[in-house]
Amino acid sequence: MTSANSWYEAGARQRVAAMLDPGSFAEFIGPEQREISPHLAIFDLPEQFDDGIIVGHGTLEGRRILVAAQEGRFMGGAFGEVHGAKLTGLLRAARSLGEPVLILFDTGGVRLQEANAGELAIAEIMRALVEARMAGVQVLGLIGGRAGCYGGGSLIAGCCSALIVSEQGRISVSGPEVIETNKGVEEFDSRDRALVWRTMGGKHRYLIGGADAFADDDVLAFREAALIVLAGNGRLDADVLEAEQQRLEHRLHRFGEAHDAIDIWTDIGVSEPTEIPGLATDEFLRRITDKREKANGAR
Amino acid sequence: MEKLSFTMKPSTPATGTRARAIVGVVASGNLEVLLERNLPANICIIDIATAAPGFAAVWEAVIEDFVTRRPAGGLHISINDGGARPDMVSLRLAQGVRLIEELEA
Repeated sequence: MTSANSWYEAGARQRVAAMLDPGSFAEFIGPEQREISPHLAIFDLPEQFDDGIIVGHGTLEGRRILVAAQEGRFMGGAFGEVHGAKLTGLLRAARSLGEPVLILFDTGGVRLQEANAGELAIAEIMRALVEARMAGVQVLGLIGGRAGCYGGGSLIAGCCSALIVSEQGRISVSGPEVIETNKGVEEFDSRDRALVWRTMGGKHRYLIGGADAFADDDVLAFREAALIVLAGNGRLDADVLEAEQQRLEHRLHRFGEAHDAIDIWTDIGVSEPTEIPGLATDEFLRRITDKREKANGAR
Repeated sequence: MEKLSFTMKPSTPATGTRARAIVGVVASGNLEVLLERNLPANICIIDIATAAPGFAAVWEAVIEDFVTRRPAGGLHISINDGGARPDMVSLRLAQGVRLIEELEA
């Protein structure tokens, strides 16, 4: 079920407007500047004036904040040269200004029509993100859109200080169709929606520490979650990385042989694990209290 | 990609004071409409880039209808179209002139 203010259904501009204090948003390189992709015309593909990402600044409960929002309906929210450069620039500004960043992910990964430029953009964004975090800046990822957060987008998400996810959100490097194409339908049936969601969906990611906060599919729920997470410190140093490396090694050792997410939920002690996908948020959070794994500011 | 441009003489100037507005997304069956208030009040220019070539006559009919019914004078309207149907185009144009007449938030 989706609410009247569904994050999943909202466009990128609606999400930004709902996240920030009313009227506080100012866009950098807005659509009127027509900084469009230099590649799409070669393929005779339609362009979008903002190249599918909105970047700018505003306030959240009066606090200055930078924000980037991907439009998942334009080319699956995919990263191209201009799209990526706008996010790189925003993260560099965050480092200089010492202001936190919200990245509203909604992406299938790199735009295939500008693959090399897109892959380079992912690398530049990850570098800029880590440099901002090393300077003490928090970078939050918010994931609950129709395109999910896949490919290079998931790598960027993995560098964030914290991730907020809804049930509708999906996080994975390879998407369902990619896995099926490469490994066969016996390995992963991309048409099995329940399988897709319990493997990559928000509940599973939250349960195994792949996301740090769980929100209802509602723009105000995401806003509340962001305010709570921003109260943390988002520290990134060798100790944090070392602790996370150990957690992930332990996770692989413990769950490496599991064939289905339900095996993992059973192992961590969730009662009636097969009911998890059908639970409403309140009951889900109650059922998993003290059961879920927690990440260490890096995942 | 087919590019079309229409210079129209709307019956009514756009209301409000906003400099620009944007509605819609470039996707299958959808379009984005960027409106900029930077022309004389008796003119409306509409530039279109569409993924569906061969529909100039349909575009002209939709735009004739739009400038007759809506206050569009003074607007430079730029459209990136992903193959929207005429009813969707009319809806986005109407949303656009509605948004540009709203007060700045």
